[in-house]
Amino acid sequence: MLAKRIIPCLDIKDGRTVKGVNFENLRDAGDPVELAKIYTEEGADELVFLDITATHEKRKTLVALVERIAATINIPFTVGGGISSVEDVYALLQSGADKISLNSAAVRNPKLISDIAEKFGSQCLVLAIDAKQTTNWKVYLNGGRVETEIDLFAWAKEGEQRGAGEILFTSMNHDGTKKGFANEALRQLSEIVNIPVIASGGAGTMEHFYDTFTDGKADAALAASIFHFKEIGISDLKNYLGQKGITVRL
Amino acid sequence: MKLVIINYGAGNTQSVKFAFQRLGITPVLSDNKEEILSADKIIFPGVGHAKAAMDVLKKKGLDVIIPQLKQPVLGICLGMQLMCRFSEEGNTDCLGIFDESVKLFEPKLKVPHIGWNKTDGSDEWYYFVHSYYVPQNEFTTFSCNYITQFSAAIQKENFSAVQFHPEKSGKAGEDFLKKFIEA
Repeated sequence: MLAKRIIPCLDIKDGRTVKGVNFENLRDAGDPVELAKIYTEEGADELVFLDITATHEKRKTLVALVERIAATINIPFTVGGGISSVEDVYALLQSGADKISLNSAAVRNPKLISDIAEKFGSQCLVLAIDAKQTTNWKVYLNGGRVETEIDLFAWAKEGEQRGAGEILFTSMNHDGTKKGFANEALRQLSEIVNIPVIASGGAGTMEHFYDTFTDGKADAALAASIFHFKEIGISDLKNYLGQKGITVRL
Repeated sequence: MKLVIINYGAGNTQSVKFAFQRLGITPVLSDNKEEILSADKIIFPGVGHAKAAMDVLKKKGLDVIIPQLKQPVLGICLGMQLMCRFSEEGNTDCLGIFDESVKLFEPKLKVPHIGWNKTDGSDEWYYFVHSYYVPQNEFTTFSCNYITQFSAAIQKENFSAVQFHPEKSGKAGEDFLKKFIEA
């Protein structure tokens, strides 16, 4: 049976990992490659590296860092942040990234999704969506700084149709709160699309992961600060989930 | 020992190279006929689209070379699928080493099949990422269940191939590659 995945996310700025609470007040949590190695040994199923300032500062993601990561770790990893062209994707995949994630650039140019899927395959394309609920769920760009009128669910569906292989949904309402994932929206997403959905934003306890795999029907769950600051150990989390009857790789 | 990774622009070539480097082996990446023929063992990697990959192999003349290899060859993911007779991905003829037809998963569960799964005949978890699969057949050495029972690994004479990514399957994957090298 296919295992539910636990994915630590390493937000990168200037080659170091950072994590913002509600995307602000960045704190330094160490060297990405060292951290990646530790997470791999602890049983992380995949890793995500997100160059969080890339879109804002128009920086390109760090090809050299990707190569160092690929040479070191033996599990799959995704690289995102500021990717806006087929050439960007080619450079990252050639350096050893398994997948890339698109966010703002895909909203601005949805054809980019189809172009990448056709050239490199859907398996390497994660569509990352930041959204916030007021009454409806609206998509936000540039790390949550720019509001759009685009509906989360319609956008996820379009992304799937254009060739995205996975959806990484971050709820801005939940991110940084440590009160649990946006399970209702996640469940709806899983009903709308037939590609894996990765839950992001709101992890605070081990129970939150259990809830998002059951109530939220998530295929994978992503978190950052609770892992970086050792509030939850990955192996402890996976043992807990296994004991509760969730299929995990132990 | 000379290990050659067939270099035809497959997406995971670099990852496969790194995986062997972690095992202390420096593979040669090559699309050159003589170089490939002089290898002790050969890796045929693959991530991408079957039709596009076959076009590249034909352009390089590798579609003729690969089926004639006498050394141990390990195909990975798309490499495995290309070793079959035909693929529904782009409706393309493939290398025909295994007389099987590669099929697209019916969308009864989420497709692609992404993540860690266990195989029958092994207690290890391996990492899979694929939308197409090789059905179970007489050459299947172990199978995996997702939507249907499909081939996780196949073997025929000197040709073996796996659907999962040993280069991305943690310790289990490293052990698998080590076995191929040491066998």
